[in-house]
Amino acid sequence: MGSSLRRHRKVTVAVLLLALLLLATLLSFLLGTRPIAPATFWNYLTGTDVSGMDRAVIDQRAVRTLWAVTVGASLAIAGTGMQGVTRNPLGDPGILGLNAGAAFAVVVGIVFFGLSSPAGFAALAFVGATVTAVVVYAVAAIGRDGATPVKLALMGAAVSAGLLSLTSAFLLRYNDALDSLRKWRQGTIAGANMEDYFPGIFLLVAGALILLLGAQSINNFALGDDMAASLGENVALKRLVMFVGIALLAGTATSMAGPIAFLGLMVPHALRALVGPDYRLLVPLSGILGATVLTLSDTVGRIVLPPEEVPVGVTMVVLGVPVFIFLIRSRKTGDL
Amino acid sequence: MAARVLETSAPALSAPALEVQRLRKRLVKRPRTVVLGLLALLVAALLIRVLLGSYTVTFPDFLTILQGGTIEGARGARFIVMEDKLPRAVLGALVGLAFGCSGAIFQLLLRNPLASPDILGISSGASLGAVIGIVFFGATGFVLSGFAVAFALCLGLIIMALARGSGSVGNRFVLMGIGIAELSGAIINYMLARIDISSARSAVVWITGSLAPANWNRIEIVLVILLLVFPLVALIHINLHAVSVGEELAHGLGLNVPATRWSSISLAVVLAAVGTAAAGPIAFVAFVSGPIARRLLGGRHSLLASALVGAIIVVLADFITANYIPGGDLPVGVLTGALGAPVLIWLLIQSQKEGR
Repeated sequence: MGSSLRRHRKVTVAVLLLALLLLATLLSFLLGTRPIAPATFWNYLTGTDVSGMDRAVIDQRAVRTLWAVTVGASLAIAGTGMQGVTRNPLGDPGILGLNAGAAFAVVVGIVFFGLSSPAGFAALAFVGATVTAVVVYAVAAIGRDGATPVKLALMGAAVSAGLLSLTSAFLLRYNDALDSLRKWRQGTIAGANMEDYFPGIFLLVAGALILLLGAQSINNFALGDDMAASLGENVALKRLVMFVGIALLAGTATSMAGPIAFLGLMVPHALRALVGPDYRLLVPLSGILGATVLTLSDTVGRIVLPPEEVPVGVTMVVLGVPVFIFLIRSRKTGDL
Repeated sequence: MAARVLETSAPALSAPALEVQRLRKRLVKRPRTVVLGLLALLVAALLIRVLLGSYTVTFPDFLTILQGGTIEGARGARFIVMEDKLPRAVLGALVGLAFGCSGAIFQLLLRNPLASPDILGISSGASLGAVIGIVFFGATGFVLSGFAVAFALCLGLIIMALARGSGSVGNRFVLMGIGIAELSGAIINYMLARIDISSARSAVVWITGSLAPANWNRIEIVLVILLLVFPLVALIHINLHAVSVGEELAHGLGLNVPATRWSSISLAVVLAAVGTAAAGPIAFVAFVSGPIARRLLGGRHSLLASALVGAIIVVLADFITANYIPGGDLPVGVLTGALGAPVLIWLLIQSQKEGR
């Protein structure tokens, strides 16, 4: 009886989250510097004639919404996976050094190769993030007990610290690097287009599949390495595979939109308050919630300070932190 | 239950008991040698900072200058030592002590190696204050420090207020701190991208942490505050260790857990805020010092050792940035992370190989 009630609640939460995502997507089509009337959008959907200007705006917003949904879902799933694999509630791709690695690679590209195109930034950010992930994992895996959660978290934060120091050394030496990086670092999807979407989406799907299929293993990790091993898990191997999935998701998302912080941390915490600690549920739902939050934030960023656009990385945090604080406060126990 | 165990181990002179006694002595001894070693290292680092580098001073000349004398044939030496090298070394050491101690308190109390003022919103709060001061009020010098310390303390209070309540307050503190840190960081990034490049540059210098504004007035203020705060830390640190073992256990031992928790957090926030106001949030000193000290001590926590590690890192990093990085006048914070992180990584690897 109790269990069926709980299942009922989980289904309700999932349906509500999907509805929210749909609403966020709709708003993302309608709102912006040039608002689109719902009737016009309906005509566009049903293939009725829509004026050229409106059609162009809706086309562009469709691409942008697709980016927001993709990047948001990826970052949130990566964050959920990270918290599960490291068993650290502060686990977040950012804390594991991926953002620092991406920023460092971009700065090196600007300073040594005179890089200035967004596509170049994206490629370097991906390389930087994944190389950092590999280094963090490899160093943390030294020793008999392999890459334990504490070592992963500490190594990630230490590598992050070192890379950020080197990055600021370059920034202070080269003004043009500071100028480019301070814009990239806010995180934005304003320049979304379909050409840059395609190589990335395959990596993202692969990463998401790894984590979705491995959710049961993450549940077993939560019991501790010894217990997971006695349940038949090859802990070291599974953890490595999960880590590859996380690196693919976070590295690609960062290359598409710049370093967007906090989403990967916030979404799993919010969801745990709603549906409990089961990763088989947390991983897919975090994708939906992450997509919703990023899409809404992007839409708000378009209309909040006209005529300027506020980058999504900024609006997401400004909107997300109060919600996050409210959610944490409303939980009685405060368990992580 | 604990009392029973103690009773049964009463006879003292059997061979296993002697073995235990010997092990215990070694455990007591080790922190003392490590702390003494770190102290010696700090003195060595200070001497290196003052005597060596692009402008070298001999030790006898340094003593003469300290006693108020001048050096024949090198009139400038007195100025360079007393107005540049010595104040930077001393301020660096003080700030490093403050950061190292503050980080260790957070890490010990919150039982998470990632919990440090860098990550928990205190440093980013100070940075936000400084950037607002630079952008909207053109603040410099002490006014800028005022903005930083005011924001750091305010945000520290807000985080504490948000974390209050029943349940595991420590965990909630960590989450609230990260939330506030992200919020400040996003606002800083947004402002940095919209101001002219030279303001942005001075803001980045401040955020990275620099000892360039060191002078004796500043040292006096920091020293007075630290002399007030460190005795309080010493008073509280035994209770803090008990709480760090487990809140229920500490409660069972008759400790007032909330009082210990809030007073330690307040002290750690004040330490971080003072250090930040004096020299900017010198990057990652507070984060790396605690784990480094812990590895040196073989897994034990020590606030003193981690404060000393912090001071050594800052002084040595400042020595290297001031003398060996071409172009000069880079802030010390560009090296603290680059210096501390490899040490931490190396120590983690070593402790793995030893199988600890």
